[in-house]
Amino acid sequence: MCLGIPAKIISLDENGQGEVDYLGTRVKTNLAFIENARPGDWVILHAGFAISRLDEDEARETLALLRELADAQDS
Amino acid sequence: MKEFRDRKVIAGLLRTIGRQARQAGPPVRLMEVCGTHTMAIHRYGLHALLLEAGVEMTSGPGCPVCITPDSHHRAAIGLVSRRENLVLATFGDITRVPTRDGSLQTAIPAPRSRVQVVYSPQDALETARRNRDMDVVFFGAGFETTIPSIALAVKQAAAEGLKNFSLLSALWLIPPPLRALLESREVRIQGFLYPGHVSAVIGCRAYDFVAEEFGLPGAVAGFEPADILLAAASVLEQMIRRSPGVENEYKRVVREDGNPRALALMNEVLEVTDAVWRGLGLIPRSGLKLRARFADFDALKKFGLKIEPAADELPGCRCGEVLRGVIKPTDCLLFGGACSPDSPRGPCMVSPEGACLVYHRFAKS
Repeated sequence: MCLGIPAKIISLDENGQGEVDYLGTRVKTNLAFIENARPGDWVILHAGFAISRLDEDEARETLALLRELADAQDS
Repeated sequence: MKEFRDRKVIAGLLRTIGRQARQAGPPVRLMEVCGTHTMAIHRYGLHALLLEAGVEMTSGPGCPVCITPDSHHRAAIGLVSRRENLVLATFGDITRVPTRDGSLQTAIPAPRSRVQVVYSPQDALETARRNRDMDVVFFGAGFETTIPSIALAVKQAAAEGLKNFSLLSALWLIPPPLRALLESREVRIQGFLYPGHVSAVIGCRAYDFVAEEFGLPGAVAGFEPADILLAAASVLEQMIRRSPGVENEYKRVVREDGNPRALALMNEVLEVTDAVWRGLGLIPRSGLKLRARFADFDALKKFGLKIEPAADELPGCRCGEVLRGVIKPTDCLLFGGACSPDSPRGPCMVSPEGACLVYHRFAKS
């Protein structure tokens, strides 16, 4: 099962073990697959692992496109 | 995130898709490869809305529990019911998959053996650390999204000398079955929605052959309603312009080259092998097995098991055709009667990502 909602890194140790905030819950997560992971970064989880970092610029760009679409419906 | 579910956004996207589908020639048939996409498409009512707009979505082979053949499930059942002092650790939905030998849930474990449901391969590793006197076998079914975490568990077990840990692997690669489906010409589809999180690991180029060799367009999709519709619109646009390719409509998560760290680890621990899929049969280079230097952690070798290819389905079950996108779950005579979530006759009615369970849960969609 794929979880599309991102989680925020709270803490991590040198082995890549850490904790994330997923929908308000603290979850133990392995961050070994995320390069230069830092607290505050948003990541995508799968079976106890972070598999990708969320690119906030790309997210904003997609959101802007969606807002444009919604506004076009108004006019 | 709420914009991704916003009514106005969804309505706007559906209007665009309707226009595109009319131009492309309805009904347009697209396949969503990933089981979580199937679930999202039905849960949010997108299946019916897209159909109205002229696009029919077909579920594909993207549920790992479903495509794992009967023989693997029966090997796991055999292990825990015959070997003493063994923990068979696996993901929850796997334990309910029915076979001719029952399921892991109904299996009677041998003395001092048991089935343990885990959330992550790390949990199985932890069980192995705490119970050095027991064999702990992780029965891991998964695609490229799950495989890196399984590879890491094996690498850690090797580094820690955890000789009581082993892997019964059911590891599948997503691109090869797409080729198999297209080569069979059995299923009539005009484009693909590619999985979001498999692509986060393997990147987008892995699907280039679909456009280059078969001329079919596709787009990588996220899991929110707007993500799925954006990807569908992208596929339609490629159809209209007659320029099939692989568009990334999930850029906030998926990079062109995937996740290099995860890929490197997979490659370090595992190697590509031919594999048999439920419903699809033998597909060249479509599975992964442990490399020779991790052979001590291969449950098949450790316990002298053989995976015997055999008839997959219980009588009447048409999971294989559902997984190939040849029939809809509702075309199966067992659907909703002899086969239901409470008494499933095949894995597609067991897994939350299985097309039959999805169609059953969201009947109105």
